[in-house]
Amino acid sequence: MKHTISVLLQNKPGVLSRVTGLFSGRGFNIESLSVAQTLEKDVSCLTLVTSGDSNIIEQITKQLHKLIDIIKVTDISETEYVERDMALIRVKAESTTRAEVLRITDIFRGRVVDVGAKSYAVEVTGSCGKVQAAVDLLRPIGIQEIVRTGTIAMTRAAK
Amino acid sequence: MKVTGAQALLKCLEEQKVETIFGFPGGAVIDLYDEIMKSDKLTHVLVRHEQGAVHAADAYGRVRGEVGVALVTSGPGATNTVTGIASAYLDSIPLVVFTGQVPTGLIGNDAFQEVDIVGITRPCTKHNYLIKDVKDLVPTVREAFHIAQTGRPGPVLIDLPKDVMAAKVKFPELKPVKMRTYKPTYEPHPGQIDKCCKTILRAKKPVLYIGGGVIASNAHEEVTELARKLNIPVTMTLMGLGGFPGTDALSMGMLGMHGTYYSNMAVAKCDLLIGVGARFDDRVTGRIDAFAPHAKIIHIDIDPTSISKNVKVDIPIVADCKHALSAMNTWFDRSDKFNADEVKGIREPWLEKIKEWKARHPLGYVKETDKIKPQFVVQKLHELTKGDAIITTEVGQNQMWAAQFYHFNHPRAFMTSGGLGVMGYGFPAAIGAQMAARDRVVIDIAGDGSLQMNIQEMATAKQYNCPVKIALLNNNYLGMVRQWQELFYDKRYSATVLDVAPDFVALAEAYGHVGLRATKPSEVVPVIKEALATDSLVLMDFVIDREEGVYPMVPAGKATTEMLLV
Repeated sequence: MKHTISVLLQNKPGVLSRVTGLFSGRGFNIESLSVAQTLEKDVSCLTLVTSGDSNIIEQITKQLHKLIDIIKVTDISETEYVERDMALIRVKAESTTRAEVLRITDIFRGRVVDVGAKSYAVEVTGSCGKVQAAVDLLRPIGIQEIVRTGTIAMTRAAK
Repeated sequence: MKVTGAQALLKCLEEQKVETIFGFPGGAVIDLYDEIMKSDKLTHVLVRHEQGAVHAADAYGRVRGEVGVALVTSGPGATNTVTGIASAYLDSIPLVVFTGQVPTGLIGNDAFQEVDIVGITRPCTKHNYLIKDVKDLVPTVREAFHIAQTGRPGPVLIDLPKDVMAAKVKFPELKPVKMRTYKPTYEPHPGQIDKCCKTILRAKKPVLYIGGGVIASNAHEEVTELARKLNIPVTMTLMGLGGFPGTDALSMGMLGMHGTYYSNMAVAKCDLLIGVGARFDDRVTGRIDAFAPHAKIIHIDIDPTSISKNVKVDIPIVADCKHALSAMNTWFDRSDKFNADEVKGIREPWLEKIKEWKARHPLGYVKETDKIKPQFVVQKLHELTKGDAIITTEVGQNQMWAAQFYHFNHPRAFMTSGGLGVMGYGFPAAIGAQMAARDRVVIDIAGDGSLQMNIQEMATAKQYNCPVKIALLNNNYLGMVRQWQELFYDKRYSATVLDVAPDFVALAEAYGHVGLRATKPSEVVPVIKEALATDSLVLMDFVIDREEGVYPMVPAGKATTEMLLV
């Protein structure tokens, strides 16, 4: 099963490599990974999507927590949470397909962020599944390039 | 007043009460060595290979219950420490290893003797650092010593660029180390202790399974008290030997691949397994689904990642072993549910059963009149040293015979590379142990394959007058692999025959030591006696029965009850 794990870590050289090294060294899987600074400039937040049975996920969270530079590890899939993924997709946009590209972009509440002679670059934001759906619909038209951020996620506030 | 980085580092070592370090110089650490020469408080032991420095520091720390310290230069000096660091990591041994580094301006340049040792050792250290600014030096060293010896201990590496050692800094005053991200749990959860003790009271067939954590946390007295109070038989991992008296009636010796018949049977049939500071490693469990299949499992460990990693645990207790065990002892002392006589009565049939297993298949070997049996040598070493020696081992058959037949009664008396299984560990470790305890008898129980992996330390032993005894169980084979080939590969001894070997007696003499040889069983005792009476390094070359095996043996991947016996 997929799990989204949020990790707060010290913003120091080599910390990311401790995390990725842990995953490769112990044979855990990383499906996506995204990291940037938080409000505190010496603390970063890393969101990581991984998969495995409950034993593996338990090991992953414990092993992450054991790394000296890591402040906090939360398996957010066990809570109510929001997740977002963003994709920049360059699609072939010739006279016959241009309207279709715009229609699909519209359906997914995306935006055209760059226009070329024969292509549009489209930005789509949403849950990982939504972004994937947009990609799947645009694919037959001809995707030339795609860049995705990987999932970022946040626990929902208590109601 | 400002001091140089090198001076500050030496002050830090003094602050940490480090008396002895093991090392090997080089261009990148020359400033440090210049300061070491001026110091009258620090003994530096010049090894002959950097791997030896780390193993020696490892054993030095283990004997004293302190942090071992090694110092090497950049590049090859640093890479040569990796095996020693990985061994200490797997055995949870507190170490601080200082490596030299090229000047900060050259880092990343593929400079002469440059290597990214922090990158290389990231997966085999508890933590590591590259110091880029001399201002960070002292706080980092203090933090490193703190990390190495608290929680689950382990090796910490600090990489020291040459210019940082020369730069000037104001030496900061000593403050307790406070870390936002690192706070090991020492105290057990009272609710878990309560649950655990009640479960122990209900158990009819409990087994205490203790590991290196008991020794690391100095919990041997607490575990002994618990076992005796509740009449629980005890089995030990390789790393746990000495954590409970090996000659005690409740001791079942080691368990696992080369464990005793009775401890493996007891674990297979027990209804409660109490793991203390042990990690359910594959050499202990054998086939995992057949390990303690009828038992509830209690697991005490300071490292949460050890718990439920290999075997699902029913009652986890994250705590320092000593704290948890004394909380348990107190619980029983205060509880009105606990009655010592009643518990003794309940345990009687179980202890009888274990006695029966012991009688059926005791630890043993087939005696022969014309060949020296390695087990006989270890037995005689035990007898003639009254079980009081510090024993180090190499890796392979020699290690297992030492573990089986030298019944350790005290903690911190057995040094072996348990997790990583480093051939070549024992001899430098013996030197480290001897430096830590000058008045003790230190014996390296060695094999001819392993001993040659760090034989160069003969010179170190001479230079520092270490009267280490080497008991070489010489069979001209890489014996353990040969044993596997004998049993599972139709005796095809691929690359395990050491036909070309030095004359070890002459070799010892060449380094200025004493060499003795025994080729007949009748010569064993006189050789040991002479060695023990000699106040210098003695290499005892015991020419043993070549194809003697280590038994019992659980073939890899089999259940621990499927033992091959003598």
